[in-house]
Amino acid sequence: MDLLMKEIRSMIPSEQILTSLADRYSYSYDASFGTYLPEVVIQVKNKEEISALLKLANTFNIPVYPRGQGTSLSGGPLPVKGGMVLDMSQWNGDLKIYPDDLVAVVSPGVLTSNINQDAEKFGLMYPPDPSSAHVSTIGGNLAENSGGPRGLKYGVTKDYVIGLEVVTPEGEIIKTGGKTIKNVTGYDLTKLIVGSEGTLGIITEATLKLVPKPPASRTMMAVFDDLVQSGTAISKILTSGILPAKMEIMDQSSIIAVENYQPLGLPIEAEAILLIELDGHPLAIEEEMKKIEEIFADFESVKVKIAENMDEAQSYWRARKLVSPAIVKIKPTKVSEDATVPRSKIPDMFQKLKEIREKYDVHLVVFGHAGDGNLHPNIICDKRDTEEMIRVEKAVEEIFKAAVELGGTLSGEHGIGTLKAPFMEMELGAAGLDMMKRIKQIWDPNNILNPGKIFPEEGQKLVLRE
Amino acid sequence: MSTGAGLKDRLHYNETFNCVQCGYCLPVCPTYETMESEVHSPRGRINLVKMLAEDKIKAEDLREPIEKCLGCRACETACPTSVQYGKILEGAKEVLEFAEQKSKAQKISESLIFDQMFPSKRWMNTIGNLSWFYQKSGLQKMAQRTGITHLAPLHMGKFESVLPDLPSPAERKKRVQVYKASGTRKITVGFITGCVMDAIFYETNRNTIDLLTKAGADVFIPVSQTCCGALHAHAGKIADAKDLAKRNIEAFEKEEADYIVNNAGGCGATLLEYGELFKGDSDWESRAQALSNKVRDISQVLSELDGLSFTKEVNGTITFQPSCHMINVQKVKDEPLSLLKQVTSKGYREMKDKERCCGSAGIYNIVNYEDSMEILDIKMKNVKDTNASIIVTSNPGCLLQMKLGIQREGLEKSVRAVHLVDLLVEAGAVSK
Ligand SMILES: Cc1cc2nc3c(=O)[nH]c(=O)nc-3n(C[C@H](O)[C@H](O)[C@H](O)COP(=O)(O)OP(=O)(O)OC[C@H]3O[C@@H](n4cnc5c(N)ncnc54)[C@H](O)[C@@H]3O)c2cc1C
Ligand code: SF4
Ligand code: SF4
Repeated sequence: MDLLMKEIRSMIPSEQILTSLADRYSYSYDASFGTYLPEVVIQVKNKEEISALLKLANTFNIPVYPRGQGTSLSGGPLPVKGGMVLDMSQWNGDLKIYPDDLVAVVSPGVLTSNINQDAEKFGLMYPPDPSSAHVSTIGGNLAENSGGPRGLKYGVTKDYVIGLEVVTPEGEIIKTGGKTIKNVTGYDLTKLIVGSEGTLGIITEATLKLVPKPPASRTMMAVFDDLVQSGTAISKILTSGILPAKMEIMDQSSIIAVENYQPLGLPIEAEAILLIELDGHPLAIEEEMKKIEEIFADFESVKVKIAENMDEAQSYWRARKLVSPAIVKIKPTKVSEDATVPRSKIPDMFQKLKEIREKYDVHLVVFGHAGDGNLHPNIICDKRDTEEMIRVEKAVEEIFKAAVELGGTLSGEHGIGTLKAPFMEMELGAAGLDMMKRIKQIWDPNNILNPGKIFPEEGQKLVLRE
Repeated sequence: MSTGAGLKDRLHYNETFNCVQCGYCLPVCPTYETMESEVHSPRGRINLVKMLAEDKIKAEDLREPIEKCLGCRACETACPTSVQYGKILEGAKEVLEFAEQKSKAQKISESLIFDQMFPSKRWMNTIGNLSWFYQKSGLQKMAQRTGITHLAPLHMGKFESVLPDLPSPAERKKRVQVYKASGTRKITVGFITGCVMDAIFYETNRNTIDLLTKAGADVFIPVSQTCCGALHAHAGKIADAKDLAKRNIEAFEKEEADYIVNNAGGCGATLLEYGELFKGDSDWESRAQALSNKVRDISQVLSELDGLSFTKEVNGTITFQPSCHMINVQKVKDEPLSLLKQVTSKGYREMKDKERCCGSAGIYNIVNYEDSMEILDIKMKNVKDTNASIIVTSNPGCLLQMKLGIQREGLEKSVRAVHLVDLLVEAGAVSK
C-alpha cells in the first residue's frame, strides 16, 4: 500500500487524496446496508487521472470503486473489498445543452435535476426523474439505469443515452455511441455500460437525448376501496389508448402512514389511491381525462378527483412524496425494494405481498410506479433488532421469488449491487448468469472494477445486519 | 474518556439511526458546497458521530468536521425522515468539549467569556458603550495569547469597520421596563433584548419596541432576563446554557405574556428549544416548554396584529436574507416577506438560494474566518445577481456579515444592509 500511495501522490494533486480515518469512513456507506472501509478516497476531476489510477490498480491488484453521491439502495458503490474509492461527485463542471441537436453533454458528477432544469430553459426536458434526482449524479443514474414515475411514458435512463466516454477497467479511454439519434455501428456498448453498475467502466462524459417539454399537464386522484380493483383499472386505462405520464399507487398502510405524519385529508379507509398525471396538448389532455373518468365510472364506488390547478395537483403528489418519510416514523430502518412484475400481474403481486406480510409478521408497505409494474414493497424495521432482521431477510427473499415467479424481475430501477446478488441465478438461470460473468471477465480480467457486485460469491446470502 | 453507554447517550446514538443515509441533505448544506467532501456534509457528520459512539474513531477524528459545521440546520429542513441534527450536533460538541485537554489559561479565558460576559447585562452594556466586545475588551489579545478554542486568526479589524453607531450611555439608561400600546391594547408581549443584539444593535431594539406598541402590544422587558444561552449550547457548554435558561424562564414567568418576542433568529431558536433542553427534568420541563410555546419572531407578531401602515417610500430595490435559525428552527418563512410587500419600494427581488446560510452562524465567522468568507462569497454573488440595493436581514449576525460582504465586494456606494425592523421604521410605520 505504501508504494501504491507514493505512486498515487506522484500523479494526483494532494488535496484530491483523502486518507484520514474520518474521510475513509465517510465514503464507507451508501443508502443501503453495511459499512466497508476503503484504504483511500480520491476525488477525481478528469479522465486522465482515472485512466492512470486504473492502470496503477491493475499493476498493484487493488480494487477500485466509482462513487457518485452514494444514494444507491443496492450497495452499488460500497468498497466491499477495501481499496480505492473514486469520488466522482465533485466532477460536475460541464453541463452543455445543444438545443438544435436536442442533446445535453454532461460531466459525470452533474446532479440529474440540474440537467432537466437547464433543458427547460430551452423548452426541452430530460425525462428520467428518479426521486433522488436532486441528489444523485448522472454517472450514478447511468450506472444504475435509474427510472422514476415518468418511466411509464418516457422510459428510463438508458432510453436517453446516445453516447458515452468511458475509462475501461484496464485504464483505456473509449467512446461509445455518438451525438446522433440513430447509430447502428457495431455492438451497442453504450447500452451495455448503462446499468452495469460501475463494473464495466467508469463513465467520464455522457451525451443525453432531450425531448420537447409537453405544454401542459393535469393530475387526477382515484380512490379505491378494493386493492385488486385498482389493478384492473390500471390495465383498463393502459389498453384504452391513453398513455399517462405517471401512474402511481399507494396502499392503505402508506395512506395511513402519510395521514399520521402530516394530515392532508387522505381517505384512510381506502384500500388504495391511484395518482395519474397526463401531459401533452391541453385539448388532448381534456379529452383523455374525460375518457379515464368514463373508465372509472364502470367501477363501482371509485371516487375520482381531478385537480383544478397546479397547487391542487402538487398537493396530491405531495402525498405520494411523503410516503417514504412517513413510513420511517413507525420504525427507523427501511428496507426498500423494487421488485417489478408485468402490469397485468399487479393484483397477484399485491396478494402475494399480503401473504408475506402475515407469514413473517413484518411491517410491509407497498407503493410505487403502478403504471409500469414497478412496485416498491418497503419493510419497516429496526436494524438493532437482530431477531426481526432475520425475519425481514426471509420476507425479502420471498418477495423476489414471488416477483420472478410472476414473470417479473429482481430490480426495476435500484440495481443488484451486493443486496440482490444472491438471487441473480434465480432470475437468469445458470447459463444466463454465466454469459454476464464472461462479459465481465473479458472487460476486466483482473477483476479490479467494483468487485463484489452483481455476481454472487460462493454461498452468498442476503444479510441486512451489520 | 470512558466509552460505554454514557458516551452513546451523550452522543445521541439512538437519534443517528433515524438517518437513512439518503443524502437529501447534501445539496442544501453550505459547507458541503464549499468544502466538497462528505466529512463536511450532514450525512457524513452524523455517520462520524455514530462511528465515535461505536468506538470506531476517536473524538479527535470528529473534531474538525463538527467545528466546521455552521449549525444552520438547513439539513434538518431538507431531511425527509426528520433527523434531529441540532441535537446530534450539540451532543457531539459537548463530548468534544469534554474530551479536550484544556490549559489553565484557556479555562480562565473561556470562563470569562462564557460565564461572565455573555450572561451579564452590565457587561454587555459596558461593552456596547465602549464599542463591540471583541475590539475593546481585550478579548482579541487574550484569545491570541491563549488560543481559546483555537480561534486564531481573528479578523477583528474587518468586523470593527462594519459596526453601527452606538447610543450614548445616557440613552441606554432611559429604557424602562414597560411600554404601553399606543391606542387600544390587543396583546401583551415580553421582549427578549438579546445580549449582543442589545449591546450593538440598541437602535434596532428600540425600533422593535416602537413597532410593537404602535401595532397594539403592551411590551414588558424584565431586567432579570439574561443571555439566551445559544452560544454556550453551540460551544458544547450545556450546563451553562441550562443555567441561563433557568434565569430567563424565571424572568418571563413573572408577567402574563401572550407572546415572548425576539428579533434575532438565533436567540429565538434557542428559546424555542428550551422545552427540549430540559426534557425529562421534572422540575423544569413544563416551565421551559411554557416559555417555548410563547416564543415568536417579531415578524410573526406584527403580521398577526396587522396594526401598522407604512407611509414613506423606501428608496431602493430590496432583497431578503432570512436567518437560518428563523427559517430552519422557528420555521418562520412567509411573515417577513408579507411585511416587506407592504412597504413601498422600488420592488422586491428574490435571490437564488436565499435560505442558504450567509456564513455568519453565531461566532463561526470569527472562529472559522476563511471558511465563512467562502460561503459569504457565494451569497454575495447571488445578491449581486438581483441588482438589489437593500439587503434586508432578520438577525444581527447576518446583518454584520452582509455588511462585511458588501465591503468585500466594494459595493458600499450602491448597496446597504438593514435589519427588517429598522426598514419598517424607515418606511414610516404608523398605527393603522
Ligand atoms: C430516497 C431515495 C430515492 C430514490 N429513488 C430512486 C428512484 O426513484 N429511481 C431510481 O432508479 N433510483 C432511486 N434511488 C436510488 C439511487 O438514487 C440511484 O440508484 C442513483 O442513480 C444513484 O446515484 P448516485 O450518484 O448516488 O450513485 P452512487 O450511489 O454513488 O453509485 C451508484 C452506482 O453507480 C456507480 N457509479 C457512480 N458513478 C459512476 C460513474 N461515473 N461511472 C461508472 N459507475 C459509476 C457506482 O459504482 C455504483 O455502482 C433512490 C435513492 C434514495 C436514497
Ligand atoms: S447545520 Fe448547516 S452546515 Fe451543519 S451540516 Fe447541517 S446544513 Fe451543513
Ligand atoms: S436527509 Fe436526513 S436521512 Fe437523509 S442523509 Fe441527510 S440526515 Fe440522513
